[in-house]
Amino acid sequence: MQELEIKLPDVGEGVTEAELVEWHVKPGDLVREDDILAAVMTDKATVEIPSLYDGKVTWVGGEIGDTVPVGTVLVKIATEADAVPDVGRAAEPVEEVVSAKAEAPKPAVKPTPSPAKPVPVRTVGAPRAEGARVLASPAVRKRARDAGIDLRQVPGRGPGGRVEHADLDAVFAAPRGAVSGAVRMRAQGMDEIKVVGLRRKIADRMALANERIPHITVVEEVDVTALEDLRATMNQGRNQKGAEKPKLTLLPFLTAMLTKALRDHPEMNAHFDDEAGVIHRHNAAHIGIATMTDGGLIVPVLRHAEALGLFETAGEITRLSQAARTGKATREELTGSTITITSLGPLGAIVTTPIINHPEVAIIGINKMAMRPHWDGSQFVPRKMMNISCSFDHRVIDGWDAAVFVQRLKTLLETPALIFVED
Amino acid sequence: MQQKTCKLLIIGAGPGGYVCGIRAGQLGIDTIVVESEKPGGTCLNVGCIPSKALIHAAEQFETVKHAAGENPLGISASDPVIDLGQTVDWKNGIVKRLTGGVAGLLKKSKVQVVEGTARILDGKTVLVERDGDPLRIRCDHLVLATGSAPVELPFLPFGETVISSTEALDLRAVPDRLAVVGAGYIGLEIGMAMAKLGSEVTLVEAADRILPQYDAQLTAPVAARLKALGIRCLLNAKAEGLTGAGDLSVETSGGSEDIAADRILVTVGRRPVLDGFGVEDLGLDRTGPFLRVDELCATSMREVYAIGDITGEPMLAHRAMAQGKLVAEHIAGLSVGWDKQAIPAVCFTDPEIVTVGQGPGEAPDAKLSLFPLQANGRALTLERADGFVRIVSDPDSERVLGIQAVGVGVSELAGEFALALEMAATLTDIADTIHAHPTLGETVQEVALMGLGQALHI
Repeated sequence: MQELEIKLPDVGEGVTEAELVEWHVKPGDLVREDDILAAVMTDKATVEIPSLYDGKVTWVGGEIGDTVPVGTVLVKIATEADAVPDVGRAAEPVEEVVSAKAEAPKPAVKPTPSPAKPVPVRTVGAPRAEGARVLASPAVRKRARDAGIDLRQVPGRGPGGRVEHADLDAVFAAPRGAVSGAVRMRAQGMDEIKVVGLRRKIADRMALANERIPHITVVEEVDVTALEDLRATMNQGRNQKGAEKPKLTLLPFLTAMLTKALRDHPEMNAHFDDEAGVIHRHNAAHIGIATMTDGGLIVPVLRHAEALGLFETAGEITRLSQAARTGKATREELTGSTITITSLGPLGAIVTTPIINHPEVAIIGINKMAMRPHWDGSQFVPRKMMNISCSFDHRVIDGWDAAVFVQRLKTLLETPALIFVED
Repeated sequence: MQQKTCKLLIIGAGPGGYVCGIRAGQLGIDTIVVESEKPGGTCLNVGCIPSKALIHAAEQFETVKHAAGENPLGISASDPVIDLGQTVDWKNGIVKRLTGGVAGLLKKSKVQVVEGTARILDGKTVLVERDGDPLRIRCDHLVLATGSAPVELPFLPFGETVISSTEALDLRAVPDRLAVVGAGYIGLEIGMAMAKLGSEVTLVEAADRILPQYDAQLTAPVAARLKALGIRCLLNAKAEGLTGAGDLSVETSGGSEDIAADRILVTVGRRPVLDGFGVEDLGLDRTGPFLRVDELCATSMREVYAIGDITGEPMLAHRAMAQGKLVAEHIAGLSVGWDKQAIPAVCFTDPEIVTVGQGPGEAPDAKLSLFPLQANGRALTLERADGFVRIVSDPDSERVLGIQAVGVGVSELAGEFALALEMAATLTDIADTIHAHPTLGETVQEVALMGLGQALHI
């Protein structure tokens, strides 16, 4: 009979002490080699301390909550007389386990061979350094490559640290997330994409607008239930009397609402020539419609929106966006807007901060419509709600004016009859 | 002018180009290979295969000569003679059969082979000059596989008596006196064969020993054999040019010497073929004289790939083949990348040399184990027990870092050596694999056992 000590091992790089968080044994318990004796916590992880010997626990050192330095005797175990103190192993770093209740001891803390059976091969754990040779057969390498696994990050348990099929199996079997960050292939290199053509133009115009114009963005919530009812009714009746009328989307209503509002707010339908220091207020409403094409953002222009009826507008917008997407829009159709509407439809988000189409002074951004509860004074009712996010050139539009304009838009949208009332 | 388009265009139908073509065809890629000569490249036409044919003929001849003299086997034979012209015809027959085979394989894979000289117009357009019928080919991916050519010395230009390996393998009579400039593997292979065929051979090497790219331990048995064959070795000697009488003028440490020779074989290396067909104008990045490629064999220009000798050392057919396969699979969208651990190299000198992986010089801290063929039964029955098998291993992990061998017939062990390295084998893996008795391969198992301190037969 002899008594052997188990000390707190080196539990990780730079760790000099650890907090005792759990005892798995008490004096008098019989333990086998690799049974968990205790758990300690460092600032990095919780680490389980396995027994190095078979035997009976005679003494435990420390209470839960104690902070003990590396090398402190934790447990004394009475063993058979022929047991040999495992000096080498006690000094070896212990593999980290994330949870104190790991289901099985990790293979890396499997028994080391007894001195009687020397095995010169020591398991070398992952990860290896960048550029280090990966030890694996071609079949294992191919399997890893096909699965997008970086073999340098996989612990090899074969001789000399060789990664075997079984090691890969372990990676595949591990719960997703537990290993993904560690073993997925690191992507290399980058693609170079020249910014040319339309993209170059968009980049230049955006930079110009953002550099020159101090934007103020006003966001307002709009109840569009009535507008949507009206739109549904008009769409239902559009093909009566044999007339082939285009389907009405929200956009024709928005342009009609906007032209109506612009009559009272000519300051919004303007170009600011900041180099000459002159504002040009336009009588005609040429409304830019921001349109996504394969090549990027294009803004075809709905000319003289103030002179178009609802269905005419709808037809014209369809034609213009078609022309823009197929690259058939003329120069005339792509220039000269006096104010712009930007809408991403169902992708419209809650709030956007639209960039003004220089040299215009205002842009109307349309956000996503959604059914939301609305307090009507006595109860919540479901209403179709939509936000509008409008940006203004703060050099020539004051916050007050911007707010008044947005309120006007809100009023018109919530009471669509007003759009069609001649005043 | 005729026009064609294809997905993959390969310039050169050597081992790299034709393998790339076959694999691409198998993967359903619309592929064209352009070749100005017969398919098979240097390897099949004027390299590996013809030289092995010549070496075999020389060995057979020497065996009969050996039998015609005093020999322990009790064989009697009378003075043999060789008609080298007939040997060359036989060799040409083999070459023809193999190049025809390559053409057939390409056809079977539905790869179009265009005969003519390619001229690169841009990274995606190639003009093929044919007799009065030029062809313009547009492609999505271009693979350069134009190989290498013998280096010519400015003071010894190739001509009637000064020849390269290409002409040496086509000689129809054994030259009475042959001078070989450059004692690398090509010069030694041909020089030793010619000596066995009866030529009086002189080797001229600028370095202080033969096969300077190999370590001295490995080349010692070859040096001993050179001596036995009566081949004169001038080391630290520099060829200077031809004298007025047509002799080879050599500057040695002991003064200058003129070597009378009927033929002067210049084997001072090979250079990549990267000039004269428009590749210069692409401005591709280089590493020395070679094209720089990444782990997908991609050059610095998008969708332009390079494989084989133009991508650098080692300039070996099997490396080019592996690269060709890789590029075809990459273009087909498969997930691949160059991750080879070892490229075996074989020197068909007498005795043969095989090297795989790191040698003692590259791994100074490694453990060396060496087993002599003297202790191998099979080697003794072949009457040739000079040479050894050597394993370089990591002392901590026992991992095999390199295997080298020198001996008659050891070239056939190259596969096992390469497999061991590619599989990341340890000494125990080899030692615990039963090797058939009685074979030369047993020495590989023995040397692994020796590395573990458990050698049985020594």
